Amino acid sequence: MCVTCGCSETDGVVYTDAQSGEQITVPRTDADTHVHPHKHDSDEHHHLYSFAPAHEQHFHTHPGPPHGYGHPHDHEHTASGVVALHARAQGTTIALEQDILVKNQLLAERNRGWLAGREILALNLVSSPGSGKTTLLERTIRDLQSQLAISVIEGDQATMNDAERIRATGCKVIQINTGTGCHLEADMLARGLQQLNPPLGSVVMIENVGNLVCPALFDLGEQAKVVILSVTEGEDKPIKYPHMFKASSVMLLNKIDLLPYLKFDVERCIAYARQINPAIEVFRVSAETGEGMSAWYDWLRSHCAR
Amino acid sequence: MHELGITRNVVAICAERAGGAQVIRVTLEIGKLAAVLPDSVRFCFDICAQGTPVEGAALEIIETAGRARCRDCDGEVALTELFGRCSCGSVNLQLVAGEEVKIKEMEVA
Repeated sequence: MCVTCGCSETDGVVYTDAQSGEQITVPRTDADTHVHPHKHDSDEHHHLYSFAPAHEQHFHTHPGPPHGYGHPHDHEHTASGVVALHARAQGTTIALEQDILVKNQLLAERNRGWLAGREILALNLVSSPGSGKTTLLERTIRDLQSQLAISVIEGDQATMNDAERIRATGCKVIQINTGTGCHLEADMLARGLQQLNPPLGSVVMIENVGNLVCPALFDLGEQAKVVILSVTEGEDKPIKYPHMFKASSVMLLNKIDLLPYLKFDVERCIAYARQINPAIEVFRVSAETGEGMSAWYDWLRSHCAR
Repeated sequence: MHELGITRNVVAICAERAGGAQVIRVTLEIGKLAAVLPDSVRFCFDICAQGTPVEGAALEIIETAGRARCRDCDGEVALTELFGRCSCGSVNLQLVAGEEVKIKEMEVA
């Protein structure tokens, strides 16, 4: 059982280098008293960094006196909350004020620092399954390969299919198979980056597991999330899955070549997205025909230069 | 779908921080705009706590209301969804509360 998302993980997470075929399987242990199963054996080769320090700082060095009693907090207690807090049994109260997802956030920040130090632009591509993420990546890589060094981390529950498609473009790619896991987490990206070893100043495209829910909750350390919505889906997806559209900086509205055959109100879809996230940048594209892709490429190039 | 895992995290963190003591109460703070359902957490808690120092502990969940600050008029807006509109008409809102997913405190015997 994955202790962060609850998905079954008997199979472990498999990382495959699509070039060499090298595979690493990381079984996810089901430790009851441990915070989240991650392995500390990552420094056997290619020292990206060790996971140990932050982990220990955060979870193993608090046996001392309880702290944080005087925390200012800005929420309003609900009436029931106040009653509950005052009707307590006798015992010692320990203030924790601990974010439950803190471990993933710490690892994400490490990834972010690692990527920034190498001037790598990492983008987390999120969408529902079938929106055209892989096709969009294939086209982007082919069109920009003379201008930008792009490598890819593919996340899927199973199969090497997407990695094979990306590899056919000549691009370096690592496939992460999450087993039954429904999203990528920061520790998976860290391991994927170790295996990928992307060059300085390059672009890393992270194709997350097709899912409009969980990936919004898990920061990987990317510079931006890019949500892909195809016009064959409903135009109200942004308000149905607001967490994802709020977390994303860019929305690529894909498959616009199919618009003549569909009842899809593009303006309304974009208005929904901006209702949730007024700052979201929107590009209307067709990865199939190439229509509108140049604006997306301009965005990519301008963010690489930063 | 991720509440079971989140609840396991809660139990693991409390068990670790209790330093061997029996935990008798755990108080969580879950924002109403967080993608975490308190009822699902309650459902999972007793099962996750079995065989740990947290077994038998009472679970309290404080649900914090969603609040945002308007970036245009600086007014405060109460939110029941992740998005909304300020009385000035703006949707350019900065969330200030309602997305918490944290363990506030626990009580040990």
